[in-house]
Amino acid sequence: MTERQGHVSGEGGPPRPIDKSNEYVRIENVTKRFGDFVAVDNVSLSIFKGEIFCLLGGSGCGKTTLLRMLAGFEAPTSGRIFIDGQDMEDTLPYERPVNMMFQSYALFPHMTVEKNVSFGLEQEKLPRKEIDQRVAEMLETVKLSELARRKPHQLSGGQRQRVALARALVKKPKLLLLDEPLGALDKKLREATQFELINLQEKLGVTFVVVTHDQEEAMTLASRIGVMDRGEIVQVGTPTEIYEYPTSRFVADFIGSVNMFEGRLTEDEPNYVRIHAPELSCAIYVDHGISSAPGAAVWAAIRPEKIELTREEPAGPDNRARGVVKDIAYMGDMSIYLVKIDSGKMVRVTLPNSVRQLSERISWDETVWLSWDPSSPVILPQ
Amino acid sequence: MPRSQTRQLQKPPIDAWGAGRLGLIFSLLYRYGPPRWSQYVRKHWAGQRLVIAVPYLWLVLFFAVPFIIVLKLSFSEVRLAMPPFAPLIERVSDVAYAVNVNLGNYAFLFSDPLYTSSYLYSVKVAAISTLLCLLIGYPMSYAIARSAPTLRNIWLMLIILPFWTSFLLRVYAWVGLLKTDGLINQALGIFGLGPFTMMYTDFAVYIGIVYSYLPFMILPLYSNLEKHDLTLLEASADLGAGPIKSFLRITLPLSFPGIVAGSLLVFIPAVGEYVIPSLLGRSDQLMIGRVLSDEFFANRDWPVASAVSIAMLLLLVVPIVLFQRFQNRELAGAKK
Repeated sequence: MTERQGHVSGEGGPPRPIDKSNEYVRIENVTKRFGDFVAVDNVSLSIFKGEIFCLLGGSGCGKTTLLRMLAGFEAPTSGRIFIDGQDMEDTLPYERPVNMMFQSYALFPHMTVEKNVSFGLEQEKLPRKEIDQRVAEMLETVKLSELARRKPHQLSGGQRQRVALARALVKKPKLLLLDEPLGALDKKLREATQFELINLQEKLGVTFVVVTHDQEEAMTLASRIGVMDRGEIVQVGTPTEIYEYPTSRFVADFIGSVNMFEGRLTEDEPNYVRIHAPELSCAIYVDHGISSAPGAAVWAAIRPEKIELTREEPAGPDNRARGVVKDIAYMGDMSIYLVKIDSGKMVRVTLPNSVRQLSERISWDETVWLSWDPSSPVILPQ
Repeated sequence: MPRSQTRQLQKPPIDAWGAGRLGLIFSLLYRYGPPRWSQYVRKHWAGQRLVIAVPYLWLVLFFAVPFIIVLKLSFSEVRLAMPPFAPLIERVSDVAYAVNVNLGNYAFLFSDPLYTSSYLYSVKVAAISTLLCLLIGYPMSYAIARSAPTLRNIWLMLIILPFWTSFLLRVYAWVGLLKTDGLINQALGIFGLGPFTMMYTDFAVYIGIVYSYLPFMILPLYSNLEKHDLTLLEASADLGAGPIKSFLRITLPLSFPGIVAGSLLVFIPAVGEYVIPSLLGRSDQLMIGRVLSDEFFANRDWPVASAVSIAMLLLLVVPIVLFQRFQNRELAGAKK
């Protein structure tokens, strides 16, 4: 692939330390075909004990198929899956040390909340007393004790989600698979539940593998994210790495929004590069080196919040552009500015609304200057 | 907005169109809109009710009225006359009427062991046939519900296909198969087996009833099983339950409304079945439908025949009420 900057490890490390010596799941060259369609294409991946690993991607990218292969509902066409060091090839779903929280929750409609949660323990043939005790504890943990005798159709979406979680967790699995766990909840509830999930995960020490299409969800939950596209894992990294140092145009585009400038490397030194971008009147100067041949065609990706918007002309010859504000979207906490620069390209800039006075703010049809720090652009291969 | 425009939007005062009565009506109409009779009708005489009224009227005319007639008949006394029963209210003289309520018909049902044994036999035959239908029909429904969607309609078509032939003809066909020199015994004879006596036995009645009523078991069961959410089985497997456990704890309880619906659809008509036991069944043990028809046509004892049918109805009301209860429960469960 491309650059892997030396200072990545210095900033934006994982929120919680990952013990990389403690591999729990290993996926080796796994491919899954449905007829002619390749759902999962030669994926290799390691997931470590105690982490929250998010598989992030658009619909049809194969993330759910990969999860279902971990649960045992689908068998890989080729490749192998190891859980806790054991090859899972001949292990049926009901023999795996894995539990899953389904996207639709799949609660048993004819059983009460209590019965739903105890179902898994009953299969282990535990004594009734222990089952009752563990169910009660788990319902306490997810704050559902009062609703223990309700049927699923008498619960709200958020309560059902908690029942599904309790049902999966009560078996004390080493690995919990979550398929779009918060997809059916509204925004406020989703945010609250995200933090609840993290707390629960830390408390119980379970390894989570979460499938989601929602990048915000992935960013909040994950210790590491695996971005998937058309059956392949395109990048694996911490949320910060994925956001700040995407290694491909797809990842840069998929996570957050980004301004892309097409260009050509003109100077390539160990400690800086200069890129000639036809859409800008100046060069893009980047204060870190990449390993690519001079003259190579590249993309320079700059995040909207890393661009400054000023009325005065910025100093220095590089990393700037003049433009006219064409559109402003006021979002409350911040505003999105769409600026048409001299070459005609639209550039997206976000600014926090840290002051209240409207008169201070840059307005429609104003001529402005854009500028950015030499560390901001990410150089991606074409 | 200019002042003149706002004025135009206001409704004109009453009588703006002159002092005449018509003018007043028009101005009232303009001010308050047309009378809301249509809304009144919609609220209290909704189309829904009209639609429901049609089948209710039908039921009153062709079920409730005949039922009351039969009920009345069951309390009257038999007479050798035309009609062959005594009227319930008889004019004795110019000033006196006699009310002849006769409970003897019902007492007679209990006194003669023919009736009780026929009732019990009918219930037994119906219950065993229902169980057999369930045992045969459940795997069939399950297989159809789990087959490829394109194949399902073909399987269902094959289940329904026999209905295109006359019911009577199909039962007669079994006579040809089951009789001592019939096709089955001929085929067994090739292997040196038999011949077996199959006609005019309980066995033949069970074959006839199960054969005829199997679709009534399969169709409601299929429509239930087909709606099952298969991720529930995945969830069950995920929680550690093997295939048999998953079936017993998830699929079977969830298909219970289908089992109840199918069983009642088989059981209720099977109790009163007339054609199949008459053609295939024993002559020493009658089913209640046969007793009823003999009483009516052969003995011409209409009051006792009516009492038999009322008693049979009461016998069947219990399962019908149960059926209604389960149906309601299923509807309540579906609203989630």
